[in-house]
Amino acid sequence: MQITLNNICKSFAGKVVLANVCFDEAFSSLAIVGPSGAGKSTLLRIIGGLLTPTAGELYIDAAKVIYEEKQLLSYRRTIGFVFQSKGLFEHLTALENVTLPLIHSFDMTTDKAIETAAQLFTRFGLEEEGHKYPSQLSGGQQQRIQIARAVAVKPKLLLLDEPTSALDPELTAEVLDMLGELQSDGLNTIIVTHEMGFAKKACEKIMFIADNTIVESGPSAQIFSNPQSQPLQSFLNKVLEWHV
Amino acid sequence: MIPMVTTTSTPSKRTKIMSALIVALIIVSFLWLSMFLIGYKLDFATLLPFKQRLWQGFSATLIISVMSLLISLFIGAMTAIGQKSKVLVISYLAQAYVQIIRGTPLLVQIYFFFYIVGTAWGITNRNVAGALILSIFEGAYISEIIRGGLESIDRQQYEIAKAIGLSPAKTSRLVTFPILMSRILPALSGQFASIIKDSSLLSVIAVNELTQNTQEISSQNFRMFENYFFLGLLYFAMSFTVSMITRWLERVYKHADNT
Repeated sequence: MQITLNNICKSFAGKVVLANVCFDEAFSSLAIVGPSGAGKSTLLRIIGGLLTPTAGELYIDAAKVIYEEKQLLSYRRTIGFVFQSKGLFEHLTALENVTLPLIHSFDMTTDKAIETAAQLFTRFGLEEEGHKYPSQLSGGQQQRIQIARAVAVKPKLLLLDEPTSALDPELTAEVLDMLGELQSDGLNTIIVTHEMGFAKKACEKIMFIADNTIVESGPSAQIFSNPQSQPLQSFLNKVLEWHV
Repeated sequence: MIPMVTTTSTPSKRTKIMSALIVALIIVSFLWLSMFLIGYKLDFATLLPFKQRLWQGFSATLIISVMSLLISLFIGAMTAIGQKSKVLVISYLAQAYVQIIRGTPLLVQIYFFFYIVGTAWGITNRNVAGALILSIFEGAYISEIIRGGLESIDRQQYEIAKAIGLSPAKTSRLVTFPILMSRILPALSGQFASIIKDSSLLSVIAVNELTQNTQEISSQNFRMFENYFFLGLLYFAMSFTVSMITRWLERVYKHADNT
């Protein structure tokens, strides 16, 4: 999948969050890394059509994304989005959370939607959780159900916004395992993450964002073994300091 | 099998009935004792000759309350949305409505709306005017209940709806409405009961509702205690029914999050 960012800028009430972001690469899995507050989540939301950039253009496989409500509605249906936490509808059970987009955004019949959801639940070992409400599920289960909901609609691209940052290491592994499996099935993903191990091993390319723009990007092996820029070098030194 | 084991978690039907009977007994004995102490003997047979008028008053109160419930819900919903409007004139208008109505007594509003506004705009039917005045009054409180409910919904719920490609209309129907209902139904239930009770104040503009009719009956039979005791009972029957219906609705909209 080819993603082209052309001078993307975003500011909130005069505060610049992204400045002249340019990127043009083909990949099947991309990890966005960088210090907190650098604009990673904002960029992911712009790619997902949840935020409109102040300026600039986004192309997915050379097709321009039109930031107008009507076009965005159908664009968002082609993208899966996983939130950092609390990403499920609180008033619906796990199963209903997965079937709702199938029924109401994709006009699938209820029976077919339940069948599709049940298959995913079985595949990812969530059969027991189908009838539970989000408040009755562990953080890891919530994240896996979010991913199940996102992939149930067969998106061309799955976006994940720090999907494990609210989880303890054991649950993190559970979520990353599921993600790794989906990536090896050929699902295109962009993940904002602080899990350097996952970024290095499971992601084809890395984008490093600092101070509101892309400082460096490239194949993950190269980024980790041979960082070019000073900000990336010091970032990696910091985050890998206590790495075993 | 030891029955005690099965009754430890949730009380059995028998325990429930027994407990309810004991509570009923306590209330009835308290009332009876109070009556006994002041040496008054209640005789409800004195109400019998007036059953036609009582029934007429009861149905008038019922109709006015149901009408007001529907209209005030509509006014409340509109002004709750209006308060959040980006058009400042609409927002200020809705806020002014809520503040003025909630800040003045119903009695003042009844006189003002009936004798000044009603006369000026030709609304002379007392029942219609009564129902409208009550709706305007209760609408302000319902508006605040709905506004509070809307503001309590986590913004991210809307972002999820957006992300899965749900249209704005479907978001309102499938996300906002059910979450809102589960949050505001208890408060709404109390407000609905208030509508029924507040309708008694409409007697000051001689709407032939239950309280007005009871006052008239009292001036004929002079049995104040029986009349007002029975009046209270009828109001309770109505508000208790409303309370039961909203409890049922609460169960419909209940999800694990608010248990």
